[in-house]
Amino acid sequence: MRPFLIAAGLTLATQAAAQTPVLTIYTYDSFVSEWGPGPVVEAAFEETCGCDVKFVPAGDGAALLARLELEGDTTEADIVLGLDTNLTARAAASGLFAEHGQVPDLDLPIAWNDPLFLPYDWGHFAFVHDKAALPNPPTGFAELAASDVSILIQDPRSSTPGLGLLMWVKAAHGEQAEAIWQGLSDNIVTVTPGWSEAYGLFLEGEADMVLSYTSSPAYHRIAEEDDSKSFARFDEGHYLQVEVAGKVAGTDVPDLADDFLAFMLTEGFQGAIPTTNWMYPAVTPEGGLPEGFGAPVAPEDTLFLPADAAAELRGTALAEWRAALAR
Amino acid sequence: MARGACALTARGAAALVVALSVVPLLAVAWRAGGLPRPGAADLAALRFTLVQAALSAAFSVALAIPVARALARRRFPGRGLMITLLGAPFLLPVIVAVLGLLAIFGRAGLLNQGLAALGLPTLSIYGLGGVVLAHVFLNLPLATRLILQGWLSIPSERFRLAASLGMGPREVGRFLERPMLAAVLPGAALAIFLVCLTSFAVALTLGGGPASTTLEVAIYQAFRFEFDLGRAASLALLQAGLCVAAVALAGRAASLRGHGAGLDRAGPLPPGGGAGRAALDWAFIAGAAGFLILPLGAILVSGLPGLSMMPTSVWQAAGRSIVMALGSTALALALALPLGLAAARRREGGIWDGIAMLPLAISPMVVGTGLFLLTRGLAPPAVLALPVTVLVNAAMALPFAFRALLPAARAVEADFGRLSDSLGMAGLSRLRLVTLPRLRRPLGFSAGIAAAFAMGDLGVIALFGDADRATLPLQLYRLMGAYQMQAAAGAAVLLMVLALGLFWIFDRGGRADADA
Repeated sequence: MRPFLIAAGLTLATQAAAQTPVLTIYTYDSFVSEWGPGPVVEAAFEETCGCDVKFVPAGDGAALLARLELEGDTTEADIVLGLDTNLTARAAASGLFAEHGQVPDLDLPIAWNDPLFLPYDWGHFAFVHDKAALPNPPTGFAELAASDVSILIQDPRSSTPGLGLLMWVKAAHGEQAEAIWQGLSDNIVTVTPGWSEAYGLFLEGEADMVLSYTSSPAYHRIAEEDDSKSFARFDEGHYLQVEVAGKVAGTDVPDLADDFLAFMLTEGFQGAIPTTNWMYPAVTPEGGLPEGFGAPVAPEDTLFLPADAAAELRGTALAEWRAALAR
Repeated sequence: MARGACALTARGAAALVVALSVVPLLAVAWRAGGLPRPGAADLAALRFTLVQAALSAAFSVALAIPVARALARRRFPGRGLMITLLGAPFLLPVIVAVLGLLAIFGRAGLLNQGLAALGLPTLSIYGLGGVVLAHVFLNLPLATRLILQGWLSIPSERFRLAASLGMGPREVGRFLERPMLAAVLPGAALAIFLVCLTSFAVALTLGGGPASTTLEVAIYQAFRFEFDLGRAASLALLQAGLCVAAVALAGRAASLRGHGAGLDRAGPLPPGGGAGRAALDWAFIAGAAGFLILPLGAILVSGLPGLSMMPTSVWQAAGRSIVMALGSTALALALALPLGLAAARRREGGIWDGIAMLPLAISPMVVGTGLFLLTRGLAPPAVLALPVTVLVNAAMALPFAFRALLPAARAVEADFGRLSDSLGMAGLSRLRLVTLPRLRRPLGFSAGIAAAFAMGDLGVIALFGDADRATLPLQLYRLMGAYQMQAAAGAAVLLMVLALGLFWIFDRGGRADADA
């Protein structure tokens, strides 16, 4: 027990010494890594807030919500940052979030009027391929299914993009979704637990295409000066992922939390998003997107299910996916 | 009286193991408020879990016997290095091992490139075959080491006696080797079966689709996708039930004879037999070396350029991981030794055997969640992240350390127990003079396995969330998550070298006499 007590004592001591208020933000792991937006955002907000920003990483978006639900009312979180629209219905039902009370001016491909959650970035799911190895990628799920192009996807039960693909097929093909999955079953090389594994396997040459984001080629272009990757544009459109933050109802620093949510939509936060999170910022920075980032998928090509509809369809869509691929 | 003290230590170790496995499961079930009945999809997952774990254990052990026999009978330059490298796959983070395997067996791997160059049809690794292949890659080395340990535990006097009686390989097999195998194999197969029972990333990555869903995947789904703690606890209980049944079965199958006392002298090798046997031995050694070393080589080749691209945080994480691995090792041995000695004193390992295997039985996901619930309010989770990871990694390494110790502990008890009792030798002096010297080899091996395992395992640290203090495996995953695949490959090499280094140092200490 002793190390625990010493450690706990130290924490108390540091808290007592520094009277500055602490804003605790639960987020996903890659947000706070040294390549993510976390360090930039923390420094920018601490310049003006007179507070100490403490990021607590908890796996990915789904693990983040699970941790919050485990902690319930006793959570230390003031802000939860990193849920997406597939999780917000469950998050809202937990009753742990308060309204943000803001009327933001957003550059999103869809209208936004969720009273609990504010977007900070967004992106479209897409299949990424190597331009030289696959010069003419399929232009839709049906063509992909009919082709012998191999793909790597993520498991919807354990990964955010995997769940995104599930909703993509469902939003685009409705009743036909199971038939599409049956057609795709011989294209799928394997289903990985998360994005990292699938993307790693793709770079090793295990498949022609991998499920990722339309902004993934921009990473290779900008960070690695490698213009060999592109994404396959699908005729039925691309499914949208919106990443959001919310204020925890039981926060002991409600005003500070409000300040942070307002700050989230300003230059200091949004400017960091494109080249650290590799997503489109919810408010386009003054200087526009970085060179080579590429234009997003047009709003009319955006597929999106509102949180409630997504939550309702999820069980059916998963059962169809499992039935089609388990054969 | 000293015997009482020994039993007390074993009981204390058992209590800690239970606190790190069963109690977290109960905490999750209690928080959920009930245990729902598993559904049809869960039963399908149960079936797949059983099939893949049984096949993985069977293939690993069946292939390990001839490899271990060849290694026991032959001497060649590089044999010590090969025995050390045998530890490597087992201790790699799963994703690294999988990438190494795919470099050889994948769609774009060496094997398929070779087949394509010869105009032959290519092979697909994905599916049940791939899952079993990966599990054999990860566990064949462990099985080989456990069985080799058994061969080396036969006193050299027995082989000398056999030789002077004119026994050929067949008779030696019948009177010396087969009884040893009967004692060692069930335990080795059990350990591998249990590791594969909670397989998650291998089953998902190489399984090819939802037909390859294991119970651990179903638990993950219940927890993350549905936040259904009750279902997660039910499934974890089902998994634990399988484990208990397997332990009982293996306990019944194991035979418990010692080989009779020896004088601990190095002696002649087990008889090698004729040229045919020698050729077969060399074929198995070469095959095992190729199967294990080619993927490791692929990891090394792809990772070397990344070594210079690693940020300083990777080195800091590496330092932290080494310290934590040493802590886990000390704790794992402190648990394994009393439990192993207590189990050795009974005709059947019974309760001690079951307890030592417990950490493998409970879903890692549920253990992490349960510990998180149990430690709420004690201290902030970020403060607990490192100590809890050390504890959990020690518990996870215990079953392997225990398995490695048990046969030798049994042999000491069978061969020297009565003599020591009649001399009134007990407690520390008996431990120091009789027991420890004879357990040196398995102790070193156990420590090596525990250290390497703790080095490579992600543990529960991700759930407790500490932004500033990552371990090396966690940092590796963070690199991958940030598109830094090159640096991640470099970190994988660093991890492999460090884990192997720790393993080598401990194992070397234990088998200083094995290379003679």
